[in-house]
Parts: sequence; structure tokens; C-alpha cells
Amino acid sequence: MIRPPLGPFRLASGGRIDRQEPLTFTFDGVPYVGFRGDTLASALLANGVRAVARSFKYHRPRGIFSAGEEEPCALVEIGEGHARVPNCRATVVPLEEGLVAASQSGWPSVNFDLGRMVDFTHPLWPAGFYNKTFKWPNWKTWEGLVRRAAGLGRPLEGPDPDRYEQVNAHCDLLICGGGPAGLMAAQVAASAGLRVILAEQSPDCGGVLNSENIELDDQHGSDWATRTVSRLREQPNVLLLEHTVVTGVYDHNVTTLLQTGQGSTWRECLWTVRPRHVLLASGAIEQGLIFPNNDRPGIMLAGALRHYVNRHAVVPGTAVVVATNNDSAYQTVFDLLHLQVPVSAVVDSRESISPALQKRLQMAGAELIQGACISNTRGFGGLRSVRIARHEGTDLGHRACDLLAVSGGWAPRVHLLAHARGTLRFDEPSQSFVPDRLPAAWSVTGAASGMQHLQQTLDDAALAARRISEQLGHPADDLAVPQVTRGMVEPAEVGAQRPTASRKRQWIDLAHDVTLGDAELAVREGFVSVEHFKRYTTTGMSVDQGKTGNLNAFIVLGALTGRATGEVGTTTFRPPYVPVTLGAMAGIRSGEFYAPRRLLPAHLMHQKLQGQFEDYGWQRPDAYPRPGESLHDAVQREVLAVRSTVGVFDNSPIGKLEVRGPDAARFLDRVYINNVSGLPVGRVRYGLMLNENGVIIDDGVFIRLAQDRFLLNTTSGGAGRIAGMLEEWLQCEWRDLRVLVDDLTTQWACFTVAGPRARDVLTALGTDIDLAPAALPHMAAACGLVAALQSRVARVSFSGELSYEISVPARCASALLEAILAAGQPFGIEPYGIESLMVLRAEKGYLHVGTDTDGSTTPDDVGWGEVARRKAGDFIGKRSLERPANRATDRKQFVGLEPIDPGRALRPGSHLLIGADRQPPAVTDGWVTSACHSPTLDRAIGLAMLRGGRSRIGEIVTVCDEEQRFNVKVVAPVFYDPANARLNT
Amino acid sequence: MLLIKCPYCGVRDQTEFRCGGEASRARPDHPEHISDPDWAQYLFYRENPKGLLRERWVHRYGCGQWFIVSRDTVTHDILDSLPMGDLPPKGRDAP
Repeated sequence: MIRPPLGPFRLASGGRIDRQEPLTFTFDGVPYVGFRGDTLASALLANGVRAVARSFKYHRPRGIFSAGEEEPCALVEIGEGHARVPNCRATVVPLEEGLVAASQSGWPSVNFDLGRMVDFTHPLWPAGFYNKTFKWPNWKTWEGLVRRAAGLGRPLEGPDPDRYEQVNAHCDLLICGGGPAGLMAAQVAASAGLRVILAEQSPDCGGVLNSENIELDDQHGSDWATRTVSRLREQPNVLLLEHTVVTGVYDHNVTTLLQTGQGSTWRECLWTVRPRHVLLASGAIEQGLIFPNNDRPGIMLAGALRHYVNRHAVVPGTAVVVATNNDSAYQTVFDLLHLQVPVSAVVDSRESISPALQKRLQMAGAELIQGACISNTRGFGGLRSVRIARHEGTDLGHRACDLLAVSGGWAPRVHLLAHARGTLRFDEPSQSFVPDRLPAAWSVTGAASGMQHLQQTLDDAALAARRISEQLGHPADDLAVPQVTRGMVEPAEVGAQRPTASRKRQWIDLAHDVTLGDAELAVREGFVSVEHFKRYTTTGMSVDQGKTGNLNAFIVLGALTGRATGEVGTTTFRPPYVPVTLGAMAGIRSGEFYAPRRLLPAHLMHQKLQGQFEDYGWQRPDAYPRPGESLHDAVQREVLAVRSTVGVFDNSPIGKLEVRGPDAARFLDRVYINNVSGLPVGRVRYGLMLNENGVIIDDGVFIRLAQDRFLLNTTSGGAGRIAGMLEEWLQCEWRDLRVLVDDLTTQWACFTVAGPRARDVLTALGTDIDLAPAALPHMAAACGLVAALQSRVARVSFSGELSYEISVPARCASALLEAILAAGQPFGIEPYGIESLMVLRAEKGYLHVGTDTDGSTTPDDVGWGEVARRKAGDFIGKRSLERPANRATDRKQFVGLEPIDPGRALRPGSHLLIGADRQPPAVTDGWVTSACHSPTLDRAIGLAMLRGGRSRIGEIVTVCDEEQRFNVKVVAPVFYDPANARLNT
Repeated sequence: MLLIKCPYCGVRDQTEFRCGGEASRARPDHPEHISDPDWAQYLFYRENPKGLLRERWVHRYGCGQWFIVSRDTVTHDILDSLPMGDLPPKGRDAP
């Protein structure tokens, strides 16, 4: 058998990798080999790749710093083309055959980056540099350059080809974290019969048991984890989710989980879980140490190094120095020495170290330097040596090394607890924030609660699970807790961070390149509140959200301002705990699944008629262009057809609300600004609806079908909203009114036959309704048979022509449209679309609510002031019309516009200025709301809201269309048939 | 994401509901007789208490009924849900 190449830093044996399954992958185009069980980070380290990224601001080479989702440096791009994903943390990317990874920062390459100029000129780039260095001429000039230079990945172009899923779930107990505490608790809770969901971020449960040489009941910890997992998997009441991070906790304890697909058809799945109780067993995160040039590739967290050594059998260096402020890093020394990897020195910032530990270190043969720290490091592309000095300044010389393991203590992973509004307190012995007050239905156990000893963690987790089970009504049996027969060195007393006085940069936040100098500057400039400090220095604001640096930042801020760290407090941890892709949030709701398409009941007919569809909430034809005809030409043709002969329009989406009951008229009197109760049965009236602020929210005609029965037309987009509003008034405010509201919008199809020959078409269709103008005048309605279909016919018009609106049950839509087209053929009938209708209504100056009006338009602004004033009773919004602002005479008013040059097209949104010599920048005098080329008048026309517009009819005003200026004449907002002669024929 | 009890349908997810604001808001019987400041009070001013608040909610994607929810604005605990009719007379329903 051919032995696969191991890679220069891979041990020949050990670790939880499968040496029989080599996996080839590329990084920056160079092929490498790793093994099943590797992460991208461990495989890169095994192959001796040190610099994997350039830093955010200074473009300094950076290596792999951690072994988990807290990674601040090793951000890479995974995949190619549209499936490329930027900002992946190499430490959590499982190695797969054929994986393509690339560094995403540095130009031309990660090893030679011209952006490093920033590093050499770093005094120019202090905290808040964009407010200081780039003032001339303004920040905007530089913004693009700075954004391009900043070292985060490129966004994707084109649609995301991956699939995302979403799941909703309920459970009794959600356990966050599948380490020893989580597994122990899951066992107890499962045996008690709770429905348990356990979420573990990494591909396999076990946590420290998989990366440390721990023995439980004389067996390797990872074996216990494997056994426990397989037992849990057998239990139907347990859902074990690996590769799953709990990303957020929201109101009523709703939690979101992000699951990464492994060999599945989907890439990510977002779970929304409603647990009855949450147990936080998320462990702790090791923190970095602050010292000069503490950012070089080869500087790594001590716990992360143990992870790579024990789990992946990778020792990514040949000469090691360990720097720490607590005991836990000594475990790294022992693990390395056990493998005969030389550790040249242990630099401990504390003055006193436990004698037992000293003795163990001495026996192992490593030099201990107490009360000292790293005073500098060397090595451009990767660490070559460190310099050591005592706190008071005595230089202890260099140590050559290519690997520096650091430990700045452990911060309990309390982010989710903070999402749930639990509180934290600063614990001096461990120099970290630990849970204080827990939210309702929450428990915390293990290292997440500040525990250091594994036995204590296991005992406490079992106890916590028992307590929770009992609380939830499922008493638990006694379950044996495994005994730790071989443990690890615990952190014990953690020494305070003691940065040395050095002019060299000492990084606090590796991800965002925030240094101790930046912190000092921020404090000098008064940013002493922790939230201000964070925002000014941008500490903890990168992809990692400061998981390995925030605690140090709070401690430093306390030291710089003479406050205890507990007094400084923490910034607010907010969801999500790790970055969540937009794809996972969208789930399948993209593309065709974004929203259902609403099709007209006669959709197929419109397709046959070659309608050009557009989404207006409904798929509606804009117009029906003939072969070779542009949309604009089709609209002009359709408008002329309606004006000269006859056209048919599908008006089915129009809102149709039936309002009935003994008090229907009384109710509608309060809803419309118009009089409703005086309307005779069989007659139609146009009405405006206001909100309580006096602003127009909808318009349309209403028909009185019977004394106690009305049909309201609303705008097609407003039907649901207005129906809801009417219900709210009836149910909440006017409960004494006996009225029912029914939204019939989709029950009825509705076609408008409009034009001088409309009556002829209806006669040809065959109807028992008397069409004589006296029997069915404008604004009247009747029921009867049309083309042998039960119909309601209303003479209403949005085109200004003689017009019949024929409503039939939706299932009859195609039949009626077919009949109309056949009956109209001798008269040259043409179907017209919504764009044509908009031209027809603009020529008549008919208001289009939401286009011509906005959130401030009152009835008086659009010429309906008199109707509102004359109305005797109260209506919604009436009182607001009396407020001084609504009675002002210089309000914007609805007018028509005619460009002096009739061929000069107006564009909606253009601003208007009154006065020949006024130029922007200026306070606007109004704006164009609608505009078109009127085929009837063969000229450009527009509708506008203009300050004091009604008194300016005949005046010339200036249109400002971006850089262009031209003159228009203000006219009354009706361009065609002002006497309504055509309407009333 | 709150769990809200509809008095008619039972406990449902917040996404099925819409909040209509403070329930204590009552439309003056004779708006034409009140001053501009009083009208503004009705239109724009809300109690916005820190603690217990009565709100109107509607089961928008359910039975369509409006009802009153007592919610703690600090903890988001929902204490009870009452049908609209069970409310004390208008104007005197503030918690």
C-alpha cells in the first residue's frame, strides 16, 4: 500500500483523523493533501502554510489563531463561481475532497501585498482615521478607495445556486453545546423522557473530550462521547444536531439554530425552536494576550494548539514558546513535551505559580520565566523569535521559536444568555464575565457558567438536567456520572492582562486591527463608555464579533480609565452569535417562491391576446403590443382606440368589499368624506377615504345595491388593507353598529368596456338591462343578464369615455371576455392594458391615489375640499382637516402641466421651482406626480403637486429634471373633455 | 417572537397577528368640539409605559378578530387576552 504523504507537520500516528482517506484540496491554487477529519485550518497547518490572510486595515500577514468559530484571522473564500462563499473561518470548514479555498485579502497575493503600505504608514491610520485623515475635500472622495482596501471578502455576483431549508420545532429542553456538560445533561434529560434538542457546533459532539487527553472512568474521553452520542441517537425523544450553532435567542425564548448541510442537497438549514427550557452548555473561549507584535502567523491560542496536536495530529512548528497568565497553558507544554516537541520557555505573567505545577514543569524539562511577558516578536511572514522581558523592564533576551502558544484566560461563552437578557458580573479570580441573573426558563452549566473542573462540570450538568426535568414534570432517575480519572490542568487564578509600555503596536482585536494605542487614543478623546469605545475603535465589530479580544478590550478600558472591569461592563451581545447567510434567512423564499403570483381569472386569454405582463400584485397586461410594436406605440394605439371607437380592459383586481347591515349607511358615512346615506339604491358615487390624520388613503366608487347593502371599490392594492381597517373600526371603536364587511375581491371578475361605441358593444352582447341613458345614466348600476351571464353593470369611468363595468363570477371571466371581443369586433374593439388606462386617466386628470398623492395629501389638496367641508356629519379624519397646517393656503395642490415645448417629456419625480431665476439647491415648490405623452392631444402632459397650485393656473414654472431645466405651463388638471360630455352620452 | 393567545383560537405564533397599538386609545365622541391639543393627544400621544400595557391585537391570519392583550413591555410576558367586548367602557380601560 502506498502511504499517503502526511505533510511536514503531521504526526505519524494519533489524532482523530483517518489516514486511510487522504483528501486533496487547493489553497490559492496550490494543491495540498489532508485527511478525513481535518478542518481546512488543520490541513493548512499540517502542510506548513502559515500566512493565510492579510489583516483588515494594515494588511499584515496573519495565520491561524484559534480552532473554532471564534477565529479572528483566518477568513477565507470557499468554492468557486456563484457558489463561492466569502468570510468563511478556515477553523470550522470541514475538509472535503476537491475543496477549493482561497485567501480573500491581499493584492497581488497573500504573501506579497501592496496594501502593506498601510502598515508602514500606520501612524496615519489611528482609530477613527476616516474622520481625521480623509477630511479633504471630504470622506466621500476616499470612501471607495478605503472600502476596496479593507480586507473582507468580495460579495457574490449572480444568483446563489445553493439551496437553503428552514424548520420549525418545539422541545422541552434545548441544550446549547455538545461538550461533556451538554452530553451529560442530555443523557439525564432524555432518560427522564424530556423531548431534547442538542445543538453542537462542530461535526461531532465531545468538545474538549475530543481535543484533550482526558480519561473518564479510565477510558479516553472521546470514547465516552462517542458512546453517549450513539445512545442518545437511539432515543426517539432526542434530536441531536451536529454542525449546528445556536445563533440567537429572541422573545419568549425562541431560538434560531443554523445547521450546515453535510453531503445533503441543501447547504444550510435555519431552525426556529421554541424550547420550554434552555440549558447553556457552551463552554468557554480562550482569550489572547496583549504584547507588542502579537499578531504574527505562528502565534496561536494555547488551547487551539492542543486541539491541533491531539485531535488532528498536527504540530505546526518545531520550536515552541508558551506565554500565559493562567495555568491552563501548561497543559499545552505537557502535551508537546510528551510528543518530544521542544518547548524552550514558558513565560508566565504572574509572580507566583503553584509549586506543584513548577515541579511538573521542571521534571518535563521546560524553562519557566515568572513575572515576565513577551516584549516583542520577529518574523515577517511567520514567527521567528520572541523577546522576553520582566514587567519592570529587564530584558531577558531572545528565544528562537516558530510557534508561540498564548493564553490570556478563558471567557465563558455567555452570548446567548445575554441575548435572553440574562446579566453578567465580573469574576476577579478568573478575570472574566460570568452569568449572574438568569432569565426565566434558563440554566447554565459547565465552563459557560465559569466552572473550571471537569468533574464539577459533569456533576453539575447532571444535577441541572435533573432539576429541569422535575420542573417540567418528568422526574429523572439516578444516572451514574462518569468519574474523571485523568484530567487536564485547569486555569486556576488568572493573572491580570499586563500590556508592556512599548511604542510598538499591541493588538487587542486582531480581526479589525485595533491596537492598544487605538484604545489609549479613544480614552484620551473621551470615548470611555464601553459602547462608545467599541464604536470609535471598532473593537469587536468584525466577523468574529471580538470573541477572542473583547474581554481584553474591557479590561484594558478599565485599566486606562482607572475603573474596575466590572464597572466598565460589557458591550451588548446581540444575535446572531455567528454570521448567518442571507440565504439561510430567506430559505426557499426566493425567485419563484418569493411570493405567489396572482393571476387574473382570464389570464390565459390575456396570454393569447399577447399581453405584455407586469407584476402589480397581480400579473396584469401593461398593453397588448402587436408584433414589432413597442410598448409605447401599443399604448398610444390602445388609447386612440378607446377615444375613437371602443376598448376592453380587465379590471378584475379592483378591490370589492361588500358592506351590509342595518347600520351600513351610517357606518360608511363615517368612512367616506362623501355623503353615503343619501345615495339612492342603484346609484354609484365616487368617494375618498382618509385616515384619522386627514390624509387620503384610498379612493373608488361605491354602489348602493340595497337600502342596507353596499359594494365598495377600493384600489386594487388596497382591498385587504381597507377591509382590515373597516373591521378594526367596527370591532374596536363602533361596536354598536350592526354591519358586516366581506372582501369579495377575488370572487368577481370585472371588465370595462369603454369608448364611444361601448353601448353598441353591450347591445351586441345581448342584455336584458335597459341601456338607455335615462334608465342607466352615468353613475348608475343594474343587475341582469349580459351575454347570458348573470352580471352587474355599472356605468363608471376611469377613462372619461362612455364606459360600462361588467362584473361576473370569477369563473365566467374568460367566457365574458371572449364574448365582448366577439361582439366588439365589428366596431374595432381593442383590449387595452394598465399602461393605456394610466394615460387615459391622466388625460382626464383623474387622481391615482399613491401616485399623485402621498402621506400628506388632504382632500383639499386634490380639489375635494368643498365636498369634505359641506358634509354634515363626522367622518374619519375630518377633525384633522381643521388643524392649522391643513388649512394653510400654500399647501401643495393638484395641477396639470403642459411643457412649453409640446414634445418635451416630463418625468415623475422632477421638482418644480416657481420664479424664473430660481436654481437648485432650493426648497422645492412641488413635483411631477404623473406624466405621459397624450396621443389624443399629441403632446406631453403631466400632473403635479405644486405649492399654491390652484392660484397659479396659467403661470410658467421651471422643471428640474436632474441637471436639465425647462419651462412648463400650469393648467387645470384636466386635459380632455373638461365638460364631461363624452362621459354622459 | 411572542406566543399570543387568541381568545377564540388559542395560543398561536406572533406571525399570525398584527398589533394595533395601545388599547386605552379611544376616539372622542365629538371630535368637532375638542381643541387642537386634545385632538393631537388622541392622535399622537401614547402612554408607552415601562411594564404592563394593554394592546389591541388582531388575529390577522386566523379568525380576524380583534382582542385585548396585556403585555409586559419589559419582559414581553403576556398576562391575559380578552375579547373586545369584555373591556370596561370606553375611555376607562387603561391598565
